[in-house]
Amino acid sequence: MSQSVLVAANEPIVDPGAPTASDQRGFERSRVIGPAAVLVIFVALWHYMHSDGMRRFFDKPGFLLPAPETVINDAFFNSLARSKLLTGLGWTTLVALTGLLITIVVGVSLAVMMAQAKWVERATYPYLVALQAIPILSIVPVINSVFGGGISSRLFVCVMISIFPIVTNTLFGLTSADVGQHDLFTLRGASRRTRLFKLQLPSAMPAIFTGFRISAGLSVIGAVVGEQFFRKGSKPGIGIVMETYRQKGIYPQTYGGLILAAGLGIAMFLVFGWISKRVVGHWHESARKTT
Amino acid sequence: MMKHEYASWNEGALAQATKVTAMTNSAPAPALSFSGVSMVFPDGTHALGETSFDVRPGEFVTVVGPSGCGKSTLLRIASGLNKATTGTVTVDRSHLGYVFQDPTLLQWRNVQRNVELMAELEGIGKEDRQSRALEAIELVGLKGFENKYPKQLSGGMKMRASLARSLVLEPKVFLFDEPFGAVDEITRERLNDEVISMFQRKGFAGLFITHSISEAVFLSTRVVVMSARPGRIIADFPVPFAYPRSPEIRFDAAFAALSGEISHALRDAHA
Repeated sequence: MSQSVLVAANEPIVDPGAPTASDQRGFERSRVIGPAAVLVIFVALWHYMHSDGMRRFFDKPGFLLPAPETVINDAFFNSLARSKLLTGLGWTTLVALTGLLITIVVGVSLAVMMAQAKWVERATYPYLVALQAIPILSIVPVINSVFGGGISSRLFVCVMISIFPIVTNTLFGLTSADVGQHDLFTLRGASRRTRLFKLQLPSAMPAIFTGFRISAGLSVIGAVVGEQFFRKGSKPGIGIVMETYRQKGIYPQTYGGLILAAGLGIAMFLVFGWISKRVVGHWHESARKTT
Repeated sequence: MMKHEYASWNEGALAQATKVTAMTNSAPAPALSFSGVSMVFPDGTHALGETSFDVRPGEFVTVVGPSGCGKSTLLRIASGLNKATTGTVTVDRSHLGYVFQDPTLLQWRNVQRNVELMAELEGIGKEDRQSRALEAIELVGLKGFENKYPKQLSGGMKMRASLARSLVLEPKVFLFDEPFGAVDEITRERLNDEVISMFQRKGFAGLFITHSISEAVFLSTRVVVMSARPGRIIADFPVPFAYPRSPEIRFDAAFAALSGEISHALRDAHA
């Protein structure tokens, strides 16, 4: 929430219907130049670390951090490496998306129940917090014996890591309708069901989508983290492919995998930002222009 | 300078101001009746002292009084949102209009769908409520804005939509809880005109809360003054001006004299 509010506050206040041409240009320019400048600085620093920094500051050989152009070339212009990495990315995407779907269904349902009955919230909230605090590593044996160490174990990690923001944001959204709006429904003797579907859920949509966006990024992390512990089966995700390269000492491909995994996280974030804008942008103030 | 029909007002009207409503037997049955209603909140705040009065069809009663004297509580009790500690309220709640201090529009619905809301909750069929909404939107002067969302509307326009939303229920009793406190003076006067035209066209019994004496006199057939907490009725002024009331009435000497009387009573209320 605070993220989108910050973005909105920095924007010039213009009529949403008719931004002028100059506003549009100025806005686009600042949007492109900033990130591009940071990218250039980052790539330059990276290059320096490869050629000199690793040796000078960390007393390590430069090949452990291959130059950016080597990474691009070896990972993306070598057809064998590219196909291995992309196949891995495909499996990771599948796990992340499936995990996210499960998270959304379970998380939103749980939040709705919590909003309907205070005792459900009181009973479950401490365990949700605890779930956040448990290091995955410590329950690897449990997950292994229950889910078998393959793709379903990775899904479990994914859900475990990404469920909290969806529950809290949805719950926050469901309780965000103002007292006056509730009074309107009380006046006409609306049922709980009517109140939920015509008042609470619609007013929760912006918060729910914020939750989706945060959880989308987390589910990618969950999928990759899961791959570190659960490698059984014939569906190696990008984390497993990266680890294989690293063990063989082939560093450019390892870093290539990292770039792809980061790109996946960003893509999920952007897609949910876009969906959010489509769904609530026409009525919600801060959803406008937020990606 | 226009000549007004309401110039029939005279000193005698002031003398009619009484502490208790004295209705003749021929008056129609009240549309809204408070009988010995009082309110003590759970924290012990005595918000409303024992209050009894009626609002009859064709009457528009405005309540003025110090902040916190239980004026809004009176409306919440009338609408059933709050239960009175003692006393009874008689009113037909299936035809009850209620406008709050805030427009309380649903941000995700456009004007048309917002105006349909109360009818929708009441279970009125789609076609019926759509045509009622269109009529109400036209009556409050929002024609052409049906597809706008609340964030695209000014404060005054949101309030108009809020008025229209209650109109679709064909209210026999219309409660207004200080609805125009947050809009600028000119907008407020325009909205006052709107309320008067609604009152004339729809013939509901109106109960209006405000801090503005001029608004109270301009709108009402009767102005009731309440004391400081716990609120009780301490004065009751009939307003003799005929409808329709032109905005110019506010500059009339009779208007000013009545406003002065009410202002005096209000000062006593604070004491």
